[in-house]
Amino acid sequence: MQNILIIGATSAIAEATARVYAGRGSNLFLAARDAVRLHDIAEDLRIRGANEVAYAILDVNDENARETVIQAAWEKLGRVDVTLIAHGTLPQQDQCERDTRLALAEFATNGTSTIALMTQIAQKLEAQGQGAMAVISSVAGDRGRQSNYLYGSAKAAVTTYLSGLRQRLSKHGIGVTTIKPGFVDTPMTQAFKKGALWAKPDDVAHGIVKAVDRKAGTVYLPGFWRPIMFAITHVPEFLFNRLKL
Amino acid sequence: MTAIGQSWGRYPRTNQQLVPWTNRHAELKQTDLKQLPYGNGRSYGDSCLNDGGVLLHTRGTDRLIAFDPRTGVLTCESGVLFAEILDLVVTQGWFLPVTPGTRYVTIGGAIANDVHGKNHHRAGSFGHHLLAFELLRSDGSRLRCSPTENAEWFAATLGGLGLTGLITWASVQLRRISSPAMVVESHKFGSLPEFFALSKVANQDDEYVVAWIDCVARGSSLGRGLLSSGNHAPASAETRIAGKKGRLRIPVTPPLSLINPLSLRAFNALYYHRQRQQVSRTIAHYEPYFYPLDSIGEWNRIYGPRGFLQYQCVIPPAVAETVTTALVKAISASGKGSFLAVLKQFGELPSLGMLSFPRPGTTLALDFPNEGERTHSLLDRLDDMVAEAGGAVYPAKDARMPGHRFRQYFPAWESFSRFIDPRFSSSFWRRVTE
Repeated sequence: MQNILIIGATSAIAEATARVYAGRGSNLFLAARDAVRLHDIAEDLRIRGANEVAYAILDVNDENARETVIQAAWEKLGRVDVTLIAHGTLPQQDQCERDTRLALAEFATNGTSTIALMTQIAQKLEAQGQGAMAVISSVAGDRGRQSNYLYGSAKAAVTTYLSGLRQRLSKHGIGVTTIKPGFVDTPMTQAFKKGALWAKPDDVAHGIVKAVDRKAGTVYLPGFWRPIMFAITHVPEFLFNRLKL
Repeated sequence: MTAIGQSWGRYPRTNQQLVPWTNRHAELKQTDLKQLPYGNGRSYGDSCLNDGGVLLHTRGTDRLIAFDPRTGVLTCESGVLFAEILDLVVTQGWFLPVTPGTRYVTIGGAIANDVHGKNHHRAGSFGHHLLAFELLRSDGSRLRCSPTENAEWFAATLGGLGLTGLITWASVQLRRISSPAMVVESHKFGSLPEFFALSKVANQDDEYVVAWIDCVARGSSLGRGLLSSGNHAPASAETRIAGKKGRLRIPVTPPLSLINPLSLRAFNALYYHRQRQQVSRTIAHYEPYFYPLDSIGEWNRIYGPRGFLQYQCVIPPAVAETVTTALVKAISASGKGSFLAVLKQFGELPSLGMLSFPRPGTTLALDFPNEGERTHSLLDRLDDMVAEAGGAVYPAKDARMPGHRFRQYFPAWESFSRFIDPRFSSSFWRRVTE
């Protein structure tokens, strides 16, 4: 039986992933800001077959809370087999361009807080000598684009950090997986018009679990984003600057 | 998957703002536009549409709230699909008490249309198994409704087409089963009088009864078809059977409807003659038995870009045989009609919703490719016969019935209208009452 820790557990992708683990009879520890939604999700996961579900309230930008919650998760679960870090926001790029404070706050939520969590969890995993960590980064981190480069740069930091962490922890047999979803139809993206490139949280969730199971390094979800992002990152600068992206 | 903001018949086309509804504890957003809950878009016509208004997309509330495997009482948010309920409960020995012909409906939609199934003669409609639900009104009030609490609101919301407010969660009594398999018997019949005789016997003996009729056959073959009766199988090795996982899908909408007089005649004749014996007995998994069309994703596309119209009526028992025969004759003479014309005799159990469709009598359901005026005038002629017989047409499947017909079929509409949330409306409701 696997023990699973999920941070940002009320996000649509995290909730869908938790359901996959619940179906396997796992123990889950959920962390997020909203107590009522955590309670609802925990109950749902129990009915869907989870063995035990516990949760804690966490604002990822609160340094003390981060430590307390990670400590609580380890105490509750004993050993953590899989950690999924899934919290995030989608900042308004134009507002971030006018408001430095907002830009840094969004960078903290999507980048710095994730780095802090990864650092602490990596220590735990190293001490434990086993386990896996999966972190939701984004295709947006592969190349800065004018439409959302604040979000993209935070995710780029996460992606780069993960790459180094993976190299370091691979010696201990600990899996570190970078998840790069493309467009996912969730409440976070409700303002967007959805087209053929949009994926369901359910499909992304199954992709995440599969990637963690096989200790994949970096996965694009759905997989067709890999060639798309390869193309985007290889467009020469003079051409790229003329694109609307 | 239906395109969100469309109905299953893909007619009419409307424009509305889609607002995801993801948190059952939230309040409804204040907006000047009229709102309407939208589940999984399996209503055929415009009862799930709200042209120029807001659709509250309830699939975002799909959490299970409580399930007791000893009593079979399930409580969940209103956006949960019947398919998700089945995935959870069948392995634990429970089944939906009533299910329509697709499992891709939400529980909120099942309540709003007081849906029925092949077991109506035994079990009544979905409302008969509904223990309670919560109704959220645009003024922020929350009403817990059951047959005994806020009973008036229970009756108005059941079959109330989503107009009385938003159903946030519901609690339903499931039915015990011993196996996911069904024991199915199929009887050939050569005429409608034969159907009525067979159906009467089957309604006494079997839990699920439904007939398919060849709506293209004429003359001496008029009203021929197959009557299928089914029962949940007992637990035994013989009935260990798996559902098919593979799924076909109609990938694109063809430029023209693939349903035309030629293909219809061929399909119906093949379907009828496929069964050689008078009676065939098989064991089937519940999925192909209850949901044959669910295995073809987006089958509604075969009717082409103009979509299709479904027509389902019910004829009171006293005149059922004569009027049903007249309806089938009119449809057969028109050469229109559909792959699946379905005939069933409802039971006597009175429906609990003010606007519930099921009532004693014979119900006939079929699809027509939308050919504009030609189709509409045929359906108007059918309406004349149904109205004269004192019958009714099912709003969940309707995109065209004239307002005066609706008001005649559902005389309770006026007393119902005082339960409508002042911030809620639908394309259907405006069409039939304004």
